[in-house]
Amino acid sequence: MAKTIKEINEKIKQGKAVVVNAEEIIEIVAKKGLAQAAKEVDVVTTGTFGPMCSSGAYFNFGHTKPKLKAGGGTALLNNVPAYTGWAAVDLYIGATAATVDDPLNKIHPGEFAYGGGHVIEELVAGKDVRLQVEAYGTDCYPRKHLDTWININDLNEALLFNSRNAYQNYNVAVNLSDRTIYTYLGTLKPKLGNANYCSAGQLSPLLNDPYYKTLGIGTRIWLGGGTGYIVWQGTQHNPHAPRLDNGVPKRPAGTLALIGDLKQMDPKWIKGVSFVGYGVSLNVGIGIPIPILNEEILKYTAVKDEDIVAAIVDYSDAYPNGKPEVLGEVDYKTVKSGQIEVKGKKVPTSGISSYKRALEIANDLKDQIKKGKFLLTEKVADLPVGDSAPKFKPLKERPIKEGK
Amino acid sequence: MASRKIVLTFPKDKIDKPIVFKLIKDFNLSFNIMKASITPDQEGHMVLELDGDKSEIDRGIKHLKDEGVKVEPLSKEIRVDWNKCTQCSACVSICPTGALYVKDRKTMAVDFDAEKCIACELCIRPCPPRAIKVHF
Repeated sequence: MAKTIKEINEKIKQGKAVVVNAEEIIEIVAKKGLAQAAKEVDVVTTGTFGPMCSSGAYFNFGHTKPKLKAGGGTALLNNVPAYTGWAAVDLYIGATAATVDDPLNKIHPGEFAYGGGHVIEELVAGKDVRLQVEAYGTDCYPRKHLDTWININDLNEALLFNSRNAYQNYNVAVNLSDRTIYTYLGTLKPKLGNANYCSAGQLSPLLNDPYYKTLGIGTRIWLGGGTGYIVWQGTQHNPHAPRLDNGVPKRPAGTLALIGDLKQMDPKWIKGVSFVGYGVSLNVGIGIPIPILNEEILKYTAVKDEDIVAAIVDYSDAYPNGKPEVLGEVDYKTVKSGQIEVKGKKVPTSGISSYKRALEIANDLKDQIKKGKFLLTEKVADLPVGDSAPKFKPLKERPIKEGK
Repeated sequence: MASRKIVLTFPKDKIDKPIVFKLIKDFNLSFNIMKASITPDQEGHMVLELDGDKSEIDRGIKHLKDEGVKVEPLSKEIRVDWNKCTQCSACVSICPTGALYVKDRKTMAVDFDAEKCIACELCIRPCPPRAIKVHF
């Protein structure tokens, strides 16, 4: 009854694998039952598309003549600072980097019309990007200035490398204060004027494999329209979050660190976004296939929006001040109905993550697997889970007094 | 009954006169003020949606013009660039009239009903991919 990934891959190569998305599997299990569905279905595909601030890209732009070492100097991409603290011509640009002359929040709320996320999107789109480097010059790398157009097609290597993506569940954000607030979960109107959520719910990768039984380090995934891999647990990975009986965490929990070839990606799925008053971010599309190795794995993938619960958090006080209190819990079916109830008040909801695009990703991955273009991988190592997993800690501040 | 959206520009010597008020009193029109701004010693601007009998709307507009107010049809409109839109629905709970809405709660597809839009522009900045633009 139990299948192996090797067996499933054989079926994929023969074009015989039964592949469905994480929405379709719900109905299949309801109709046929777990045992029969586990026998018939080989792979369930998941997807998510939302702002993922801990994303970025690194690349090697090629040596100049005479040579230049950006390391220790400064670099701008379309006027957005890139990180240079590497060897000569490698750069990293983070999604949230702001343009050097951006007024930021000096006039609150700032626009943040352009930044690192947009630079990455333009690179992916094949647009020319202006690169300016100021170096200090050495005997082996004498050149001090560079001002040139670059294009992704001319770069040696260009990779998306995200230290924290695909959060397993997320807060539903509201605002209890009497002024509008501007957050990474969007604009929140005063006095519970709206509630913003950010998860693909029943389609979300880590909510379909809540204990990371099939996915782990080394797992091949769909990333930004190309192929990527899970390289580690993401930063702030917190498998200890309280869970429901079905294994689904009720608070933000597991995360993934991801890598993928930027040159394969599509600007539809790697998209710079602006959060007024907060900053720039990058919408990243991620799809993860889950091999149905047995009934237990299948049961996890059949999770429904009504079985996934998130915390309602006040972003005017509790969140910014690190207070643990939540205003309640709500399931995603209710969240997606367009209205939730908080403190007895009916509050309209908005998504920040796109369910529609998440489904497109799950379907694209499904098609690729069905056509034999995407094979599954065995994970190389597990993601931390259970009691032995490291705890996610706040900073233990040790202030430094002047003169000491 | 007819309805018409108009943009009024008041010359600076007229902004202290009760001109718009007469639309109700003399022409039996109702109006919804969609936007209004007056800069001291400069022009005043107002966007009105007029409702009433069609001939009374025409007469009301003639009255405004006779008073020296410049009257233009509302050509400002909000447009969504669907190639830029990521279908996230961040705009939906911001929009005060339901013009931006989720048309299907299964697919969570976002749509725009221009008929309901009052061009208030509240949606412009909260849109993460900045897919919503004002056109004049």
